[in-house]
Amino acid sequence: MTEIVDILISASFWAAVLRIASPLIFATLGELICERAGVLNLGIEGIMVFGAFAGWMAVYAGLGLWPGVLVALLAGMAFGALHALLTVPFGLSQHVVGLGITMLATSSAYYAYRLALPEVTSPPRIAPFQPLHIPVLSDIPWLGQALFSQTALTWAAFGCAALVALVLYRTPLGLAVRAAGENPQAVEAQGLSVAAIRMGAVIVGSGLMAVGGAFLTMSAFSSFFFEMVNGRGWICIALVVFGAWKPGKALLGALLFAGFDALQIRLQQTPMGQVVPYQVFLMIPYVLSILALILMSRRAEVPAALMTPFNRGER
Amino acid sequence: MRLDPITAPSPARRLGLPALALGATVLVAMGLALIAGADPLATLGLILKGAAGSKFALLETLNRATPLIFTGLAVSVAFRARLWNIGAEAQLYAGALLTVVIGTQLGLPGPLALPLMAFGAVFAGALVLLGPVLLKTRLGVDEVVTTLLLNFIMALFISYLLEGPLKDPMGMGWPKSPALPRDARLPRLIEGLRLHWGFGLALISALTVWVMQTRTTLGYEIRATGLNPEAARFAGIPVGRVLVKTALISGGLAALAGFSEVAGLKGNLTADLSPGFGYTGIVVAMLALLHPLGVVVSALFVAGVFVGADSMSRAAGVPTYIADILLATALLFMVLAILLTKVRVVRG
Repeated sequence: MTEIVDILISASFWAAVLRIASPLIFATLGELICERAGVLNLGIEGIMVFGAFAGWMAVYAGLGLWPGVLVALLAGMAFGALHALLTVPFGLSQHVVGLGITMLATSSAYYAYRLALPEVTSPPRIAPFQPLHIPVLSDIPWLGQALFSQTALTWAAFGCAALVALVLYRTPLGLAVRAAGENPQAVEAQGLSVAAIRMGAVIVGSGLMAVGGAFLTMSAFSSFFFEMVNGRGWICIALVVFGAWKPGKALLGALLFAGFDALQIRLQQTPMGQVVPYQVFLMIPYVLSILALILMSRRAEVPAALMTPFNRGER
Repeated sequence: MRLDPITAPSPARRLGLPALALGATVLVAMGLALIAGADPLATLGLILKGAAGSKFALLETLNRATPLIFTGLAVSVAFRARLWNIGAEAQLYAGALLTVVIGTQLGLPGPLALPLMAFGAVFAGALVLLGPVLLKTRLGVDEVVTTLLLNFIMALFISYLLEGPLKDPMGMGWPKSPALPRDARLPRLIEGLRLHWGFGLALISALTVWVMQTRTTLGYEIRATGLNPEAARFAGIPVGRVLVKTALISGGLAALAGFSEVAGLKGNLTADLSPGFGYTGIVVAMLALLHPLGVVVSALFVAGVFVGADSMSRAAGVPTYIADILLATALLFMVLAILLTKVRVVRG
C-alpha cells in the first residue's frame, strides 16, 4: 500500500495522468460527436493510426509542429468523409464500414511508412512538442510539475472538451447534431438535412480522432511505431459509453482511465512488479474498459437513433 | 439523395456491380504499384504468379486459406445473427492454447490426442465468446467493444504463458511452447504434398455450417434473429438462447483455426501464430456475403492476395501492406456494390 501512496503523492504521476489522458480525450470526443449524431464510428482505431503517422511524417518532411497537427486533422477528416459517405447517404452497416475504414487507414499508414522509409530498422525521431512553461503557475512547487508542465497539445485537448460541450449544448448546431442522433424525423421536419448533419459530425469527429493519434507521435513520443495505438481507439469507444455520451463525463472517464494506466506503469517498478507478471499490469486498461461497460450498462443513455440509417423516403 | 428499392434486379445488375467492385480494386492495386514506382501490370502479374503460378504457390495459398476459412465461417455465422463477433483472433488463440496444452502435457497417444485437442480447442473458443454474449443478452453490453478488447487481453495472456508456465525449456530462451509430439500432428491430406488435414477439416466445417443454416431449425432461428430480433421474439424464438448457441458455434469455429495452425502447420504455439487471421476473417465473411460455401471461395481469394503480395514484394519492392489495403478496399467496394444491386439512388 505504501508504494501506491508514494506514487499518488509524486508530481510526475499526475503529470503522466494528464499526458496519457490527452490522446484519449481527443479521440473520445471525436467518437462522441459521431455517436451523438447517430453514427457509430469503428474507424477510430485506424484513423488514430493514420493520424499518428501523418502528423509525424509531415514534421519529419519539414513542416512545423502545428502544420503537422493540421495534416493529421485533414487526413482524419478525409477518412471520416469516406466513412460518412458510405454509412450516411448509402446507409451501409456501420459495423462493417467502420472496421473496413480501420483496416484501410491502418494499412495505408503502414504502406506509406514503408514507401517513405524502406529498410529502416528504428524509425527516425522528430523534435516533438515541449512542455509549456506558464508564468507563475509552472513555478509553484509540486503543483507546477504535477499540473502545469504539459505540452500545448494537452491544453488543446482540454480546450477541445470545453468547446465540444459548449457547441453541443449551447448552440443551434449542437442541438441539430443531438437531434439527428435522437429523432432524425424531427430534424427533417425542421427543414434541416439529417444526412448533412451526420456527415459533418462524422468528418469533424474523425479529424479529432486523428489528432488524438498524432498526440502519440508528436507529443508523447517522438517517432512512429507499428502497433503504437494498440487498442486505444476501442478503449475510447468504451469511454464514450462510460461517459454516458456527455463530453464532461467522458473527459472525467478519460482522466480516471489514464490514472489507472499511469498507476499500473509505476506499479511495475515496485516490489509488486517482481512478483506479478508484467502482462497482468498491461491487461489492466483493457479489463477496466470492459468493467466500465458493464458498470454503465444499466443506465446507459444511448442516443435513440444510434446505428439507425435515415432514408428520407421511408417513414 | 434517396434510395429506392429495386424489386427485381436484372442479372446484369446483380453480376455486373460486384464485378465492377473487383475491377475497381484491381485499379487501386495498379495505382498503389505506380505510387511505389513499380510497373502496375507487372506487379499484378507477379501477385497472380505468386498466388497460383506454380504447385508450390498454389499449396501455399491453400495452406494460408485454411485458417481463414475457419475464421471466415466464425464471423459469417455470428454476423448472420447480427452478433458482432470481432474477437475471432482471441478465440483462435484460445483454441491454439488448448491444442498445445492437451497435445504436450497429457502424453496421450496420437489417435486419442488429436480429437481431444480439437474438442478442447472448440470448447475454449466457445468459452471466450460466451462471456461477451452473456453480457450482451443479460446486461445489454455491446459485444463489439468487449470482443475487440478481449483480443488484447488474450494476446497478453498468451505472451505471459509463453514466457512462464508454457515456455519451452529447450527453446533457447525464445517465448514459444514445447512442440507437439509427431503423432499428435495432423497428417498430410495427400502424401507428398505440403497440405495438411486442417484444410480438409475446414471444407467439412463449411459444408456442416451450410447444412446447419439451410436445413435445421437452429439455422432458421439464427436467420430470423439476425433479420429482426423483435419479430423473432414475437414469433416465439428464444432470441437470447439463439444468440448464445450462435456464439458457441462461432467461437468454436474460430478456435479450430488455432487448432489447425498448431497441429497442422506450426507444431507449437508462438505469440505470432496469427498475423490477424481473426480480423481478416471479417473480410472473408463479408466478401462471401456471409454464405458458408462462399467463405471457402473468398478465403482462397484473400489467401491468394496475401501469398501473391508476399512473393511480389520480394521481386518488385512494393511493400506487402498492399495486400491489406486491397482487401480493405475490396470489402468497402463490395458492400457498396451489393447495396446498389438492391436499391437505386434517386435525386431528391
